[in-house]
Amino acid sequence: MVGSGPAGLACAGDLAKKGYKVTVFEALHTAGGVLVYGIPEFRLPKAIVKKEIEGLKALGVDIQTNVVIGKTISIEELKTEYGFEAVFIGSGAGLPMFMNIPGENYKGVYSANEFLTRINLMKAYKDNGSTPVQHPKKVAVVGGGNVAMDAARCAKRLGAEVYIVYRRGMEELPARREEVEHAEEEGIIFKLLTNPVEIFGDDKGAVRAMKCVEMELGEPDASGRRKPVVKPDSEFELEVDCVIMSLGTSPNPLIKSTTQGLETNPKGCIIADEKGLTTVENVYAGGDAVTGAATVILAMGAGKTAAAAIDEKLSK
Amino acid sequence: MYRIIRKKELNPTVTLMEVSAPLVAKKAQPGQFIILRVDEDGERIPLTIADYNREEGTVTIIFQIVGATTEKLNHLNEGDEICDFVGPLGKATVTEGKKKVAVVGGGVGCAIAYPVAKKFFEQGTEVHSIVGFRNKDLVILEDEFKAASSKFVLMSDDGSCGEKGLVTDALKKLIESGEQYDEVITIGPLIMMKFVCKLTKEYGIKTVVSMNPIMIDGTGMCGGCRLTVGGKTKFACVDGPEFDGHEVDFDEAMARGAMYKDYERHAYEDACNLFKAEVK
Repeated sequence: MVGSGPAGLACAGDLAKKGYKVTVFEALHTAGGVLVYGIPEFRLPKAIVKKEIEGLKALGVDIQTNVVIGKTISIEELKTEYGFEAVFIGSGAGLPMFMNIPGENYKGVYSANEFLTRINLMKAYKDNGSTPVQHPKKVAVVGGGNVAMDAARCAKRLGAEVYIVYRRGMEELPARREEVEHAEEEGIIFKLLTNPVEIFGDDKGAVRAMKCVEMELGEPDASGRRKPVVKPDSEFELEVDCVIMSLGTSPNPLIKSTTQGLETNPKGCIIADEKGLTTVENVYAGGDAVTGAATVILAMGAGKTAAAAIDEKLSK
Repeated sequence: MYRIIRKKELNPTVTLMEVSAPLVAKKAQPGQFIILRVDEDGERIPLTIADYNREEGTVTIIFQIVGATTEKLNHLNEGDEICDFVGPLGKATVTEGKKKVAVVGGGVGCAIAYPVAKKFFEQGTEVHSIVGFRNKDLVILEDEFKAASSKFVLMSDDGSCGEKGLVTDALKKLIESGEQYDEVITIGPLIMMKFVCKLTKEYGIKTVVSMNPIMIDGTGMCGGCRLTVGGKTKFACVDGPEFDGHEVDFDEAMARGAMYKDYERHAYEDACNLFKAEVK
């Protein structure tokens, strides 16, 4: 298993139960992938993840942390040198996107990934934590997905006043209804039909404000959602000292670039058939690495589907 | 866990550690880095690989005690274990096709510049090494550099060893005397790299710098290490750590590097109190 997120763990569990010897490789120092670095404690207590992983270990699954597949060991070496009969790539979609607007590299601009990783994986919220995170006063979280809601609620818990800045309306928010409701309940302010165009910094290079424009919804676009267009002369400044970009993520190119014959689509997602088989023999993939950013449940499903396919192939 | 095989104090603030990490040692190349965590709940810090031994399965790191984590790391001894040690990360130095290069190192940056100089020298490139330190007590790797260079210039801020002056003074002198370099590689404090780049730009000499920004995962996931290079955002961990120095926005990198300065200072003082060590 490449990656110890939901896809890899589900696949590992099913194969271990069938009697296969399974090793899970994780790049970070703790197993769990997005379950430990991304999803906050108040939505998924880390003790639950730990218990599940202990359960897998009890089934005989070997978990190797601190191994970056594509750097420390290649997929090819897993098959030839280490003797793995099949490989499952569940490396997720970990690469954060930015808006490419001016001022995005000022101090106080985070990707949601970085902000959440500092808090969840590195425990920066603890008073005596060794990894720092900014404790901002006013935060703009840009984006309207589930991750944006998580980041907003984490920022709120650090004591900030938090805005969700999203370019479409309430109806179009891609986050699950429940997540939006929880955010509203906690006092997150929704600045909808608003789009950032520039971030301003102070003389020390730290964020002081974000310039935004108001949007209105026009004709439906390729995704079927009504396309936001800029309202003329609607520019305004939102005073914030922290901006968290939560615009989505794409799969990490590390494995694709180090694995000969592994094909991806133009978005960088690994191409796999309905059973999870990639364009390389005995190499399977599933979860966000194949679909692009989606949910834990879909990733686990993909892991289980691939486990069945691997069993079918290897038991022949 | 990753056992410390050898520990050597290079000067009062800089320590060398040879760490058992066979998988990292097997793949390591000059220019690449590792990320370590000293202990459970420790922070992740990137350190460039100073050397490696594939047979023994060890990787050498050289670090300056600048904060809480390096202070804690320095309190480990031979036989002790480091909690996490992952790599090799980042891209390796491109050394192919260069006939003559100048390697310019400053302070603890020399620890990173040395394996680069060595790789060039071993492949038959003419290497001129210019290394600078604040004073004679802080000099590291002098003999190693001499053995990997056809010309070696030592500079110090106060003149207590080598020549008095900055590395840029020495580089300028060599260029002015007619030395023609295919490339200058400079590794050290941001401010030093900035001025080396300013100088070499005047002479139109391609210059490579090694960036060491704040990082968490080192695999492209957090984006905390982003830099502006040629007007575009790059991640030092996967696109670097080496970049075309003439394209790097050093002022932005310096501001970003100071993001947690106050926090880091407090953490460092706390760690020093814990170990009853002197705050440097």
